[in-house]
Amino acid sequence: MDDKTRRRAALAQGMRNGVPIGLGYFAVSFALGIAAKNAGLDPVQSFLASLLCNASAGEYAGFRVIAARSGLLTMAVMTFVANARYLLMSTAMSQRMDPQVHPVHRFLMSFFITDEFFAITIARPGYLDPFYHYGAVLVASPCWALGTALGCVAGELMPARAVSALSVALFGMFLAVIVPPARKDKVIAGVILVCFAASFALSRLPVVSGLSEGTRTILLTVVIASAAAVLFPHTETAGETDDGEVEP
Amino acid sequence: MLYAYILVMAAVSYAIRALPMTLIRKPIRSRFIQSFLYYVPYVTLAVMTFPAIVDATQSPVAGALALIVGLAAAWLGAGLMPVAVLCCATVLVSELALV
Repeated sequence: MDDKTRRRAALAQGMRNGVPIGLGYFAVSFALGIAAKNAGLDPVQSFLASLLCNASAGEYAGFRVIAARSGLLTMAVMTFVANARYLLMSTAMSQRMDPQVHPVHRFLMSFFITDEFFAITIARPGYLDPFYHYGAVLVASPCWALGTALGCVAGELMPARAVSALSVALFGMFLAVIVPPARKDKVIAGVILVCFAASFALSRLPVVSGLSEGTRTILLTVVIASAAAVLFPHTETAGETDDGEVEP
Repeated sequence: MLYAYILVMAAVSYAIRALPMTLIRKPIRSRFIQSFLYYVPYVTLAVMTFPAIVDATQSPVAGALALIVGLAAAWLGAGLMPVAVLCCATVLVSELALV
């Protein structure tokens, strides 16, 4: 097979595997659109936010910052904290890039590192194939942005019951990300329980509950993750991921 | 002003993804940073999920039920989409009785 044929095949396979991701994105981003609307964004703004950020937890955190009209620095720190896991994924991907591949692909692929794209891209053996990655992105990424815009538009037309039900979709997705590794690693399970307890305490206690949601998340993340890192060091190489399903 | 927020959000989101991918050519050696980064996703997502899930629904009980169902489904190995749908369905059904 020549290069062109191989690229086309990888692109096509990526597009096929992008379909289920796109469907999932659509449902979840619809809920995200509701959060965007509640924060005061219009459909165009929420479409742009999703198109440019490609992050569920990160965008949700960002919309909370906008809702609270906190400063831009808070936005930067909050986005960093909520997206910090992409540092790990990007690091893992950097270890699997073909040195022969043009550097422009590193910049392009980086733009679309999400839990799902990362999972399917890194799950393939050998060097990462940029075109496989792009195939999945081409199908799934527009679903993410369109779903957010539609959620922002239709959120207000929907009955309160449906909005209430859809508003937990993102939290369900977060659970699906954190629980499976917790089943394999008791330390992670313990850390999650500590997080739930601490987060609940901080949201209900006097004084600290006055802090913004974003500030509390940053505080808890730095304190709990540092404590866990000191008490239970994790010494696997950066090439391994926190998602058991994608380990080759 | 909202566009400034979106711009900062997009710039930081991209920097986080692009910097390691473009700059790091060797594995990170620091045990602490490695461990810290390893725990960060779990801590951030867990902190953001509870008690927010209970406060998001019309009835807090429905949110709590969704949390329990979501935890159980994810524990049993359900993927992102099934867990998200199950949580939504739990709230929808339970609020028929609760609200």
